[in-house]
Amino acid sequence: MAASTASASPPVKSSGSLWRNQLFRSFLYQVIALVILIAVGAYLISNTFANLEERSIRTGFEFLDREAGFRIGESMIPYRASDSYRRAYTVGVLNTLRVSALGIVLATLIGVLVGIARLSPNWLVVKLASVYVETVRNVPLLLQLFFWYTVITGILPAVRQALSFRFLPGVYLSKSGLMFPTPVSHPIHSYMLGALGVGLILAWVYTRWAERRQDMTGQPSQRLLPCIGLLLGPALLVWLFGGAPTAMDVPTLMRFTYKGGSSITPEFLALLTGLTMYTAAFIAENVRGGIQAVPWGQTEAAEALGLRRSTVLRLVILPQALRIIIPPSTSQYLNLTKNSSLAVAIGYPDLVSITNTSLNQTGQAIECISIMMGIYLTISLSISVVMNMYNRYVALVER
Amino acid sequence: MAKSTQLETRRPAAVERPPAVRTGLLGWLHQNLFSSWFNSLLTVVAVLLLARVIPPLLNWFVVNAVWTATDPAACKEASGACWAMIHEKYRLILFGRYPYEQQWRPLLGILVLAAVIGVSCNRTFWKPWLADAWIGVLVVWFVLMWGGVLGLPFVPNNLWGGLPLTLILTVIGLAVAFPVSILLALGRRSRMPVIRVISVGYIELIRGVPLISLLFMASFMLPLFLPTGASIDEVLRAQVAIIMFSAAYLAEAIRGGLQAIPNGQYEAAHALGLTYWQTQRKIILPQAITIAIPSIVNIFIGLFKDTSLVAIVSLTDLLLSMRQAIADPLWRRFFVEGYIFIAMIYFCVCFFMSKYSQYLETQFDTSRSR
Repeated sequence: MAASTASASPPVKSSGSLWRNQLFRSFLYQVIALVILIAVGAYLISNTFANLEERSIRTGFEFLDREAGFRIGESMIPYRASDSYRRAYTVGVLNTLRVSALGIVLATLIGVLVGIARLSPNWLVVKLASVYVETVRNVPLLLQLFFWYTVITGILPAVRQALSFRFLPGVYLSKSGLMFPTPVSHPIHSYMLGALGVGLILAWVYTRWAERRQDMTGQPSQRLLPCIGLLLGPALLVWLFGGAPTAMDVPTLMRFTYKGGSSITPEFLALLTGLTMYTAAFIAENVRGGIQAVPWGQTEAAEALGLRRSTVLRLVILPQALRIIIPPSTSQYLNLTKNSSLAVAIGYPDLVSITNTSLNQTGQAIECISIMMGIYLTISLSISVVMNMYNRYVALVER
Repeated sequence: MAKSTQLETRRPAAVERPPAVRTGLLGWLHQNLFSSWFNSLLTVVAVLLLARVIPPLLNWFVVNAVWTATDPAACKEASGACWAMIHEKYRLILFGRYPYEQQWRPLLGILVLAAVIGVSCNRTFWKPWLADAWIGVLVVWFVLMWGGVLGLPFVPNNLWGGLPLTLILTVIGLAVAFPVSILLALGRRSRMPVIRVISVGYIELIRGVPLISLLFMASFMLPLFLPTGASIDEVLRAQVAIIMFSAAYLAEAIRGGLQAIPNGQYEAAHALGLTYWQTQRKIILPQAITIAIPSIVNIFIGLFKDTSLVAIVSLTDLLLSMRQAIADPLWRRFFVEGYIFIAMIYFCVCFFMSKYSQYLETQFDTSRSR
């Protein structure tokens, strides 16, 4: 603008001097930007109201309390068609959260395994892992979801000929999903849950004690095994003293379907498989990159100090690699959650699918879509807050 | 004591075992497949797995496959893949519902686009004329696709489909989003709080929601935003959503580039008396964008895959046109072949781009470390 040259010469005009004042100019720009934003917003909103009036579409969120009137294929909470839209949305959010949470856990496990496999000294393992990563990463997720869904519903045998597994008795895989046994509900289970909580506290106390002991005396103590023991021990004891109920609700073949046990619908199975496989490939790359980024000298130095291979990995490589792995993995977790919205394409009743149905029934596009976007934003922000906290915990503390 | 042990180790070599073979096939096998008991176990497991998986796959893919047949019955009898389905339907898959006898036009369009992308991949051609070439190619592309001039019959864009639609959604999405994203990235680093808040708000809002919700917004809410009576084309609606989406992601990539520019560059430009925009245009952005190019290529790959989402709002891109092609009851059972076919198209483009981005990264690395 006007102040192109750093002016040694005095300002020519008094109005020019105000124009040359950086503070004034930046204030002016901001006012202009704000005015434009508000003007555009007002224009769009007035258009929208005119349109809504013309099409006589109702506005406001009171539709949330009206009867939804549609059925939902699967739900974690009791839901009937006569329930309200609010309840339907809750079902959708819970379904999204369920598939995302499971997907994040599974994708992390597979991703770490594959990432380490890509660094294996075994040529064959490296090649297999790379083929997996390259294939999955370079094909659209939606295509993979369609593929898994059609494979599950089109190629797997019908319910009567469900695949069973030699090593997993009671587990059946068929066109109509995955069926597996669950323990028969028993009063002891709630006590076991309480005992698990006690175990968690015990394990935490033990870890603190071991840390302090090592700080004071330099004596390292076993961590992993006692922790597992303390964590699971109380629950196991409660189970034993409660008479060790082992009754399982095993799915059994009736005339057309399996009765008993629990089942996973083909939609959920396809979505979970697709999301997990896709995200795991990206996480594998993060893991590989993170481990490779730790300089080789660190390993050599640790070995020179006489540490064992597993100790080198645990105490030297991983803490440094995690710092590099976590930020990109956070965005992968976010992506997985956002990608779970593709569920709408294969008919899994997630948030988007519920929004779509509500939108078509009520015609209130703005309200429905704003609710959906608001919920996704909340989920995304929560995940990034949690992961940022963890990241701060492992981040380099510079002195 | 130390001396004696040293002497100890320097015993005649005769008692030592010869070192393991390190050259030749045997050495390679030993080093890469059987270096430890765990590795040997892994190798054995992997070989067993491959032995079980590869022969049936190979049989299905090649040996028992039917390559050319106009009758689906021939495929039904064979136990292998039915590539005849692709042979029968490839024009429907690639070009969607575009008029059959006019399909040379999208084909030519793809070739022209591929040519200019190919040229752009060569760094020696990164000159101002390349931008003009891109504009020219896009004009040619739209003339070819729409027609209505030069004796070409007009084809409305609700008939566009398949690969051309996928490509153009990606290319236009990036091309329009790019300048916007530069403004957003600069805005995010601006010292003016209002500008910064607007940019950060936009970027984080878009990055926090899935693309589908934007596509929904574009297809259901955009018509409401326009003055009453005005209507907006469906392809354009999806295109708007894709532009909004990619602008936010590109802005973050460019911000990464901007952050890598040392402060001295700004100070030097300031000392030369350059204005803000001169500094950005001549000093900062050329360097920042060069640094950001690998991540921009990655966004391109992601966007190319993500355009498949427009299938959900019923645009016949490559994915949906394939699904429509296999909706034919005669060939319906051969859906796996269809998925593999378009997966291969996506794979080729994305794999090439990702290798290219890796190549660029090494290129820029060496130029920076020198």
